[in-house]
Amino acid sequence: MAQLIAKLFPSTVLRPMEIGADASILLAVLAVVYILTRYRKWGWLWREWITTVDHKKIGIMYLIAAIVMLFRGGVDALMLRTQLALPNGHFLGPEHYNEIFTTHGTIMVFFMAMPFIFALFNIAIPLMIGARDVAFPKLNAISFWLFAFAALLFNMSFVVGGSPNAGWTAYPPLTELHFNPGVGENYYLIALQITGIGSIATGINFLVTILRMRAKGMSLMKMPLFAWSALVTSSLVIFAFPALTIALALTMLDRLFGSTFFTIAHGGMPMMYVNLFWIWGHPEVYILALPAFGIFSEVVATFSRKRLFGYAAMVGSLVAITLLSYGVWVHHFFTMGAGAAVNAFFGISTMLIAIPTGVKIFNWIFTMWGGRIKTTVAMLWQLAFIPTFVVGGATGVMLAVVPGDYQFHNSYFLIAHFHNVLIGGVVFGLFSGLYYWWPKMFGYMLNERQGKWAFWFFVIGFWVTFFPQYLLGLKGMTRRIYTYPHGMGWTLLNLISTVGAYAMGIGFIILVYSVVYSWRHQERDLTGDPWDGRTLEWSLPSPAPEYNFAVLPEVTERDAWWEMKQAGKTGRIPAKDVHSIHMPRNTPMPFLLGLSFFVAGLGAVFSWWYVAVAGMMGVFIILVSGWFDYHDHHEIPAEEIRRNEAALGRLEG
Amino acid sequence: MAYHRYRWSRLLLPLTVVTTGLLASGCGKQFVVLDPQGPVARSELHLIETTAMAMGVVVLFVLVLFAVTVLKFRDRPGNRAPYIPNWSGSRRLEFVLFAIPVLIVVYIAVPTVQQTYALDRLPPTKHPLIIDVTSLDYKWLFQYPKQGVATVNYIDVPVGVPVLFELTANSPMNTFWIPQLGGMEYSMPGRVLPLYLQADKAGVYWGRSANFSGRGFVHMVFHVKAMPPAEFSRWAQGLRTTAPHMSMQDYRQLLAVGTAREESFSAYPAGTFPTATHGFTLKGGMYLEPN
Repeated sequence: MAQLIAKLFPSTVLRPMEIGADASILLAVLAVVYILTRYRKWGWLWREWITTVDHKKIGIMYLIAAIVMLFRGGVDALMLRTQLALPNGHFLGPEHYNEIFTTHGTIMVFFMAMPFIFALFNIAIPLMIGARDVAFPKLNAISFWLFAFAALLFNMSFVVGGSPNAGWTAYPPLTELHFNPGVGENYYLIALQITGIGSIATGINFLVTILRMRAKGMSLMKMPLFAWSALVTSSLVIFAFPALTIALALTMLDRLFGSTFFTIAHGGMPMMYVNLFWIWGHPEVYILALPAFGIFSEVVATFSRKRLFGYAAMVGSLVAITLLSYGVWVHHFFTMGAGAAVNAFFGISTMLIAIPTGVKIFNWIFTMWGGRIKTTVAMLWQLAFIPTFVVGGATGVMLAVVPGDYQFHNSYFLIAHFHNVLIGGVVFGLFSGLYYWWPKMFGYMLNERQGKWAFWFFVIGFWVTFFPQYLLGLKGMTRRIYTYPHGMGWTLLNLISTVGAYAMGIGFIILVYSVVYSWRHQERDLTGDPWDGRTLEWSLPSPAPEYNFAVLPEVTERDAWWEMKQAGKTGRIPAKDVHSIHMPRNTPMPFLLGLSFFVAGLGAVFSWWYVAVAGMMGVFIILVSGWFDYHDHHEIPAEEIRRNEAALGRLEG
Repeated sequence: MAYHRYRWSRLLLPLTVVTTGLLASGCGKQFVVLDPQGPVARSELHLIETTAMAMGVVVLFVLVLFAVTVLKFRDRPGNRAPYIPNWSGSRRLEFVLFAIPVLIVVYIAVPTVQQTYALDRLPPTKHPLIIDVTSLDYKWLFQYPKQGVATVNYIDVPVGVPVLFELTANSPMNTFWIPQLGGMEYSMPGRVLPLYLQADKAGVYWGRSANFSGRGFVHMVFHVKAMPPAEFSRWAQGLRTTAPHMSMQDYRQLLAVGTAREESFSAYPAGTFPTATHGFTLKGGMYLEPN
């Protein structure tokens, strides 16, 4: 018994900061439970959200989860920066610091950026291509619940059992039992494995949706660029994630079952993990970046009130980046002795990515050329993105220069570079998309004035945080050190960097406040087309009804909705064209499947094999019973649709 | 207008003086990557400068183009710039926009390949000094196979002589980095990786592990003392006569998890470093005795 308690609650989860976090989480949960009970919302929660298969609601759930995770990852970041603000800091001890940079990276990549992207895919893609849902709605819900329970499992680590502490890349042999006893790394391995299944399923889902469910007349070369980016991203997910699955599975076998794939003793080969990890890891960078590129392509055309410049070149560069991204992984470890020929090859393949990326940058600029640029918040994020990303790309080329990388590798120059592209590219893009599609998701506008405050705090904070880190790299500061002595010349730059991080934090708080404020006070979007948009989602009311399109649209041009508006069409539909619609029926199966995976995962983390087997039995039973669920559709009668559309003022005659 | 110009110029002069002063004085020396003390670090810096320059031109070009575009085509009343909503491509322009990054990449790629090959080889004419490096939890063990001596957390090297570091680990991975002498290389269990560096000027340079390996990794810092060859020989000779002998038990003590001070040994047990000449095979693990 005492042994069990020691395993569940080692000293690392009983530090004052952890206890404080536990208490606030407990209070938040109690508050939510109280509100749901007080206002009798449990049934609503179950019917409308937990069992839903509607892509729009799944998208919103992804979004909420991503923002909660952005908060957690951001708090981690602020704790790291607080510790490093001054030399010989005492805010965090070494173990604590190691845990926090590990969870910061893991959460930001797997549980913030990925779900944020899937949120925007879910919200926008079916509407953009004129579909009523994704190809496999139930699988879509399964993906979400696998992600959600994996995120829960991963975040549990700091409450029960202890956090992982070997960095988000988790290189062995540091992750092997010999060097890393305790359950922290198990949480990492198993939570990522579970969310990885969900990600692969999402990749398949959107690949099929985009290839098979486009509106009549929408050929591939008439698709909006965001749909193109979702298409190539899906293919990246499908082909890249299996490498991660293998890397994690082999490490798990080493830790839980005593195999020796990556151990020091008995012929293990740690470098093989590094290869597998980055064969996934570099495409992953583009899994995150390409959707942002897609968002920018929509936003820049809309707010410049002009066609996208060089559409074919934009598509070509997306495809080129996709293909090249599989051939650059060694640049993450030029300094692992692969030899001159291999390093030269991967240095050049990395530089080649600059070409399609450069083409995209120029095309965005020339989309604005000859337009009329409206500086809405969505567009501001785009405008901040271009210079930021150009600098990040330039330092990326500097890192691709192999001999230069020997000096930059693992230094703060590298840290500054990848935050420069991941925040300046991905996060700016996601915020742009958030502001752009918010009215479509929720039916109200976000306050622009507050949005601009959030924008300036975040963007200026970003530069103040990360520019000094380039200089720190040149001064020899290396990553993942929890402290540094006086006299290295690192103090002032670190202090500035920390100040910037807090400014970003303020920007985030303003953004969240603005969301709540706007919900209460901001104008409703009654037109469905608040930005005078160009693509099909803006032809629908905000938020779109369950069935999206009462009558499926027919497309003849790129920027389909813009062209329809030019031709004098209004989006109103004749009553006689409305027929009844088959829609997928809600089901608790995805939620229960996620729950079973959670139980199985928890059992595996603690090597409680009875629990793990019970969880996997649950998975099996739910899957099999799912096969025999023939009542997975329901029909919305034409009369109901007519009534609904008439109430929205969209019925002709 | 004139007033503004006056104010600017008054600000500019002290700013320039301070910046140059900072960069030129001791503060500039702290930019270790920009302050090479050997041929390897120097050619790496040279290439970094070439790329930085090329990238600087690109960034500047894009930023100017971007700023002009945004200022010229803002949506404000009375903007007389042309509005061409259906302009969506231009073969000639797109070709130029494609050609610019291609040329830049070629300009950078050629010297990159040359230097990548050049730095992978030892200069052929001289006899290198060989130092066998083992990263341990959390300290550096250095063994000089020709001199027969060993040190912990510091090395002495002769000036002007190429040094071949043979890197391995008896611990999780680290990287071995002496920024003023050149870039880093991983030290990994089960493999031996070569790294060639050289110091041209006598002095003390710091080195550290740049790859996280656990709790005490931040303390994996060491000093490199570069000295004239004669002085180096005297140092090695001195160690052989005065320093204690490293027994197998001492070696095991080094394997134990923990940090260490600078230490010197007159000799070390054979087989504690697995070079090819010492019969190392890529099976791994042969030299690891878990405690």
